[in-house]
Amino acid sequence: MTVPEVETPLTPGARRLSSSWLRVEAVRDYGIVFAFLAMFITLSLSSPVFLTSANLLNVLNQSSEVGIIAVAGTLVVIAGGFDLSVGAIYAVGGVVAAQTVPDIGVPGALLAGVLVGLGFGICNGAIVTVGRINPFVATLASQIIVRGIALVLTGGTLITVTDPSFATLGQGSVFTIRYAVLVWLGFAVIVALLLGRTTFGRYVYAVGGNAEAARLSGIRVGLVRGVTFALSGLAAGLAGVVVASRVSTGQADTGAGLELAAIAAIVIGGTSILGGEGAIWRTVLGVVLITLIGNGFNLLNVDPTYQQIFQGVIILLAVGIDAWARRSRR
Amino acid sequence: MATAPHMELRNVGKRFGGVQAVADLSLSIDRGTIHALVGENGAGKSTVGKMIAGVHRPDAGELLLDGRVVRYHAPRDALADGVTIIAQELALVPQRSVLENVFLRSGRASHLTARDKRQRYAELQEEAGFEVPADVRVASLRVADQQKVEILKALARDAQLIVMDEPTAVLNSAETERLFHAVRALRDRGTSIVFVSHFLEDVLSLVDTVTILRDGKHIRTGPAAQESPETLVTGMLGRTFDTSFPEKVPVAQDAPVVAAVRGLCAAGFVKDISFDVRAGEIVGLAGLVGSGRSEVARAIFGADKRDAGDVEVAGEAVDIASPRDGVRAGIALLPEDRKGQGLLMQRSILDNITLPHLDRVSAGGVVSPVREQKAVDDLISRIGIRASSPAAKVNTLSGGNQQKVLFAKWLFGRPSLLITDEPTRGVDVGAKRAIYELIHSLAAEGVGVLVISSELEEVLGLAHRVLVLREGRLVAEFDQSQMSEESVMRAIFAADAGDGEGLAS
Repeated sequence: MTVPEVETPLTPGARRLSSSWLRVEAVRDYGIVFAFLAMFITLSLSSPVFLTSANLLNVLNQSSEVGIIAVAGTLVVIAGGFDLSVGAIYAVGGVVAAQTVPDIGVPGALLAGVLVGLGFGICNGAIVTVGRINPFVATLASQIIVRGIALVLTGGTLITVTDPSFATLGQGSVFTIRYAVLVWLGFAVIVALLLGRTTFGRYVYAVGGNAEAARLSGIRVGLVRGVTFALSGLAAGLAGVVVASRVSTGQADTGAGLELAAIAAIVIGGTSILGGEGAIWRTVLGVVLITLIGNGFNLLNVDPTYQQIFQGVIILLAVGIDAWARRSRR
Repeated sequence: MATAPHMELRNVGKRFGGVQAVADLSLSIDRGTIHALVGENGAGKSTVGKMIAGVHRPDAGELLLDGRVVRYHAPRDALADGVTIIAQELALVPQRSVLENVFLRSGRASHLTARDKRQRYAELQEEAGFEVPADVRVASLRVADQQKVEILKALARDAQLIVMDEPTAVLNSAETERLFHAVRALRDRGTSIVFVSHFLEDVLSLVDTVTILRDGKHIRTGPAAQESPETLVTGMLGRTFDTSFPEKVPVAQDAPVVAAVRGLCAAGFVKDISFDVRAGEIVGLAGLVGSGRSEVARAIFGADKRDAGDVEVAGEAVDIASPRDGVRAGIALLPEDRKGQGLLMQRSILDNITLPHLDRVSAGGVVSPVREQKAVDDLISRIGIRASSPAAKVNTLSGGNQQKVLFAKWLFGRPSLLITDEPTRGVDVGAKRAIYELIHSLAAEGVGVLVISSELEEVLGLAHRVLVLREGRLVAEFDQSQMSEESVMRAIFAADAGDGEGLAS
């Protein structure tokens, strides 16, 4: 992966720090890499099917919707926010795309789905920054509202698209790689560049790391936070469109719990839930790791009912290590 | 006194990082007296109060309560011995009622029934000699009444010795008088009070005994009746200069005014502040904590809204409504709270330095790593930041180097006016000198500098001109020839009546 890493490893300047501090810090910084490699090697050794390109591409394809959402969600979290509305925006994006195909054609419909997501994202950003409402509460409420809008739009029924070209985005592929995978990875690279190489990316870290210091540096804190929510909405719309295309259906009740899956992936990757720290490659690994857990349970014929317990423990470990690293720094 | 003092400190010392806050201090507090601790900002008054109440643990020496050695690890331990502190920031739960606050974690009393609590509350009020309605929310009370709640709370916990840290700082004179009445009532029933205050007149009208501290050392203790504001100020003065300052370079006669402040009002109590800063001039802003120094700085820069007034930068009126406007107008503010407001502690030196002026090393919103690296390398070597690499996180640096990063961050934008609030707070002595030289070299390059400091010697050692703020007003101005520690100190402490140094205009 050529995703740039903005974080810098600890330097010898940290001489005074104890070795145990360094250990916790290292686990937090690179824990996701160790966990990912451990999972990957274990599965490679224990299942003959795992290391086939078909299976690996399947893993990537399965992770594309959470991946797209989690990548943009990483920006929100680094900027010190939280977006619980993405699951609902994802549903409404798919619904709008499916409904508008007869009127405006496939490309227009796909674009419409994405733009609707962007629109809801901008609303979230405005509520949080202009309205000064806690992002957790604001997006919890907007999630319910947006889900309601999706239900109103569909009248509770499935919207089936008959135009076969609508399915190209979700089902088509080039050299056996699904377009959905390309969309996901392409989006990840774009967001990683945005975060790692642009002034906006620096502002995102600054706003989440110390909002007052950022404000006193002349940064428009509200605007930066608002844009992260807008991008999160756009990503949710995009993911919704990709999946609607995959199943040629718009459905108001899909995507429940997607927001939590995305946040889980972000946290497992090592992005701090307190803001100011994190990276896109971390989230990409986090998303794939979660999908690998599911894939592994399948391949090894483990009872899938244990899967959730396993995932929960991993999330707890990720958050715990983050908290320990912070505390031992004092 | 035949018996042992209520509280005795023997050779007590306390160090914070590189700063010796209190050194080898011995002090006795007699039972049933009001004992004041006075001194300049940073003299160690609050630290002593906090050590008595178990908030800070002394590094050296010992505390004796009624002749018995005690060792407090937390305020809870001190409270078990009937010793407590009423801090400057009150420790009440604003959303709950007075009654609930008074009995919050008050040991045995928290287990009383509702009716017994009311009974006990009535007794406490009688004991204290004042009344506060039991059922109102603490948030709805004025600060003076909130302090009374703190006192009742201390009594409910059977406190025998109460440390009060700057209790009158936010009170008007009528409220102060009421508080004093309550404090005297407490003394008369045998409670000992340690009263930490800046307000010398207040101190003298209230207390029995005064202890003067200077640079963390004990200067003298004596009956308040033998002191006057003048004798106290003289005792607080005369500190030894432990750091040398670079020689002042005179400001050119024709140096242009880089910043003009006219009729500035801010934060509700800062009124009608007007002054100029010329290119190459270092202007000191002195005053007590709470006199409005930081408020003036923040209002000029746009960190807080101005209530009224205008700011001109380089001869042009600028309308500054936000820090962003301040940055654009060529003003830099180095806030006093480096960690909370100045730097991103988790990010690299490089990220911090370029943050306010990223557009100077980017094109079309994309940061150029080459240009950024070069700019940062230049600044690091020019300012002398000692770090393993520009990629080192700021929280791995010493206080002095963090402060230099803060300077680098703002120098990168070549400001016309640089405001630095407590430039050497938490910085060790060696790094102080480096920061002083840096301030001088900036002035030499034509930057106008406004230095705010609680350390009077720092203001005097650096500034060409000193402005004194008191209670939100500009009360005195001293140029190089008039500037003496004594005259400035008198202006700061309002002990300057009639000596002709007051600001005429």
